[in-house]
Amino acid sequence: MQHIAIIGNGIAGVTAARHIRKNSDDKITIISAETKHFFSRTALMYVYMGHMKWSHIKPYEDWFWDKNRINLKQGYVKTVDTDNKQLLFADKSTLDYDKLVIACGSKPNKFGWPGQDLDGVSGMYSKQDLETIEYYAPNPKQCKRGVIVGGGLIGIELAEMLRSRDIPVTMLVREKSFWNGVLPDAESQMINEHILEHHIDLRLGVNLKCINADENGKAKSVTVKETGEDIECDYVGLTAGVSPNIDFLKGSNIETGKGVKVNKYLETNIENVYAIGDCAEQQEPVGNRPPVEAVWYTGRMMGEVVAQTLCGRKTAYNPSHWFNSAKFLDIEYQTYGWVFPKRHCEAYEKHFHWRHPEKKICVTLSYHKDSRKFLGINTFGIRMRHEVFDKWLSEERDIDYVVTHLKQANFDPEFFKRYEKDVYHAYQKQFVEV
Amino acid sequence: MSLDQNMSVTGRSAESLNGGQKTAAVVGMAGLLILAISIFNVQLQPQVMWLTGSLILIAGGIIWYAKASYSGETAGIKNDGVFFKSISSRGLWAYLTGIGLTGFYILLYFYPEFLGLVKNGDNTGIIALFDPLSKALSGNPASQWFVYGTLYTLVILAFGIKFIWKYRHSRYQQIRTISVMFFQTSFAFLIPEFMARLNGDKLNLPYYDLKNIWPLNYYNFEQYRVDAMISSGDIGLAFLIFGVASIFIITPILTYFYGKRWYCSWVCGCGGLAETSGDCFRQLSDKSLFAWRVERWAIHSVLVFVVVMTTSVVYSYLKTDLYWLQGDTFLWSVAILLTLIFGWVMIFKRHQFKKDVKIGAIGYILLIFVVLGLHAYPNMGLFLLDTEDLRSTYGFLIGSIFSGVIGTGFYPIFGNRVWCRFGCPMAAILGFQQRLFSKFRITTNGGQCISCGNCSTYCEMGIDVRAYAQKGENIVRSSCVGCGICSAVCPRGVLNLENDSLKDRINPKDVLLGNDVDLMAYVNAKK
Repeated sequence: MQHIAIIGNGIAGVTAARHIRKNSDDKITIISAETKHFFSRTALMYVYMGHMKWSHIKPYEDWFWDKNRINLKQGYVKTVDTDNKQLLFADKSTLDYDKLVIACGSKPNKFGWPGQDLDGVSGMYSKQDLETIEYYAPNPKQCKRGVIVGGGLIGIELAEMLRSRDIPVTMLVREKSFWNGVLPDAESQMINEHILEHHIDLRLGVNLKCINADENGKAKSVTVKETGEDIECDYVGLTAGVSPNIDFLKGSNIETGKGVKVNKYLETNIENVYAIGDCAEQQEPVGNRPPVEAVWYTGRMMGEVVAQTLCGRKTAYNPSHWFNSAKFLDIEYQTYGWVFPKRHCEAYEKHFHWRHPEKKICVTLSYHKDSRKFLGINTFGIRMRHEVFDKWLSEERDIDYVVTHLKQANFDPEFFKRYEKDVYHAYQKQFVEV
Repeated sequence: MSLDQNMSVTGRSAESLNGGQKTAAVVGMAGLLILAISIFNVQLQPQVMWLTGSLILIAGGIIWYAKASYSGETAGIKNDGVFFKSISSRGLWAYLTGIGLTGFYILLYFYPEFLGLVKNGDNTGIIALFDPLSKALSGNPASQWFVYGTLYTLVILAFGIKFIWKYRHSRYQQIRTISVMFFQTSFAFLIPEFMARLNGDKLNLPYYDLKNIWPLNYYNFEQYRVDAMISSGDIGLAFLIFGVASIFIITPILTYFYGKRWYCSWVCGCGGLAETSGDCFRQLSDKSLFAWRVERWAIHSVLVFVVVMTTSVVYSYLKTDLYWLQGDTFLWSVAILLTLIFGWVMIFKRHQFKKDVKIGAIGYILLIFVVLGLHAYPNMGLFLLDTEDLRSTYGFLIGSIFSGVIGTGFYPIFGNRVWCRFGCPMAAILGFQQRLFSKFRITTNGGQCISCGNCSTYCEMGIDVRAYAQKGENIVRSSCVGCGICSAVCPRGVLNLENDSLKDRINPKDVLLGNDVDLMAYVNAKK
């Protein structure tokens, strides 16, 4: 019976542990410094907003771990000694392993801004970050304004959080339009409008120069680089993306780059050491996927795969078609396949875009301009079936097929107004040949 | 505003109210105050004006509060601060409300004279206040049940409007709510009152809310009601046949096509109250595995109880041989029907049952047969269960205490569906059909679940929806009332209520969509 140690109790590490347990009797230890029990990181925001309590965001009841013989160790791994197959913790304790899975996740990016480590400044990633936000931004009296640096998925979540307590929010976004590095212009523009509807002071095309401290070393304002303007605030959220949380591996034999370097079997350069989830850097990324994928689903999928390998069935990480989802304030977003914004588009990628004349609902389909092969779809305010798009992408359907059969993919609740006909007519107008 | 920074991550003080909400609260409370004063037998004259004023103030307060809460907001999920507010997170307000409601139910069920009910004389107190309305509708003076029915309907209508406002982005929620508002107002409130007005020499209809089906309406086939219906000619007979057909024909067909939601969250009065005025308590239901174990035993025990009790009651008057149906024939019919259902389920559906379910089912069917036997052969000297005792015990324990006092009085503590989840025998029958023989399920959308827990938290029936969603498994549960809130609160579009083919209705997947197909095929084939 081998001992498998897993560093990190996020979705990647926990999925790996669950699948190892399903397929073997190995001894399993999950290590985390953040919390004893697994929680849904994507749900942290709802605890601050009062939608849920902490206990609600734990997907398994606390007895689950004992029952499934998964040991939980709370501690911070300081050193990984791969020669002796031993972990050394910050409290000087040690743990021997036979196989090691590194699933330590990400940390918020900080780009060396002056004042980035002041009191009242945090990312929005960990439970500890959430406690910091609760402390510095409990209500609009204690926190006259929150400034958020970075316009991505976490930035808009943080803005929604603060607005739920009526705290005025300013968002500093480097791009000319919200999340424009990922979303095509028209969609990004629609989200800009929606952000303003929520009374968020959205500043586009600006950068943070520095965060200024008061006499107690707490953030009191930020300075905008482009305008030199000082914005007074009591809390600053740094949400300019995340990167692998691998500082503790420096000095170990494990090869790292941006993340922990792994081959397609999720193996590192050291035998019996694997890396999965946000912290893994694929040396041979699959398709259009980036080497580091910091997404809930990819973490889960890597956990499923590494468990197979650890249980004696060597399996490559070979994810199927890309998919993702998010919610921007009130607008749900789903994506299947690839839809790139202009700046990342290959020459062959063309888009068909439809937006509802009044409501904040839109659809963008991308396709190959010559073969008309369907490449991907972004939907806002309409739910779509994962299974159907996965199938269409595998079958390499063309865009005409997808537009005419869009109804099959609809996943909106019963009685919701359907827009397939509107999309179809708009498409027909644009492409007479259909 | 004080700050409790050391309490927990959620250490925010109570949400502050805006001006509109405060004014609305005062308006609504003023209406309640008039009712409270009337209980103390203060002469409020003219009654019509005070009653109208009171009802308008209550409804107006609720609707105004909804407007103040939601009209300035964008359409979308409105759960901000739910767990910071005293009323919706078992705080002081929740306990005070719970105690107040419980007290009201105790008066209503057991001490109506304190509310002003006077037998053989003019009512006093709050019941007298409602006399003019009752006389206008049915021609009779009010009873405590008329007062209750009026307030019940008023609350469903006013909180229904609040609910529609809150979920104005969801047509499913809006249409469903209009449905419960309609059925409460017409079927439960107005039609029975008009029926009472029609009664006379030839017509002697009992009070009959036609959508209130046995066994929820456990007294429907008691002798006095059956006699009344039979003596009312064709209409009465039609009602009697409808009552029997409701449970044996209409219910299975509708549940087959739509799941039990057609009743529980679209038609039922208990469901209507839970979905409207109880909406702000839905997150309080217990989602633990332990609660689920209690639930299965509790609700099915009530079902067994009501079957035994009703059979016994009906047999007790049929055995007099004064009716078309003979007592022994009736007992045999019940036994045969139960045997057929039991046999059919055990033969065709047993692979869906775990061991404890089979043991429970066999135990209960044996228990029922023993009791039926005791009734058929009372001379055996084992006459443990007197029919009248059974009837009154059921009426007291289940009909009054469980469904009324606990079911509604404890909304702010245990959530809004305690009765529906742990006690309602109708829900048990519909759930049985839904679990084994229905096209309804909640579909999970591939691999999109992020395990956030909104669905489980806001499930009023205490189903751990997330446990299914994160496995990519459809939710096919007997307790699901199909309210659709899990689907509404899901931030990633994972859940959808659907009626579809029986094939692949339950589809556990070890590896979710998104990973490579070989791995999925391997893991799923291995099972």
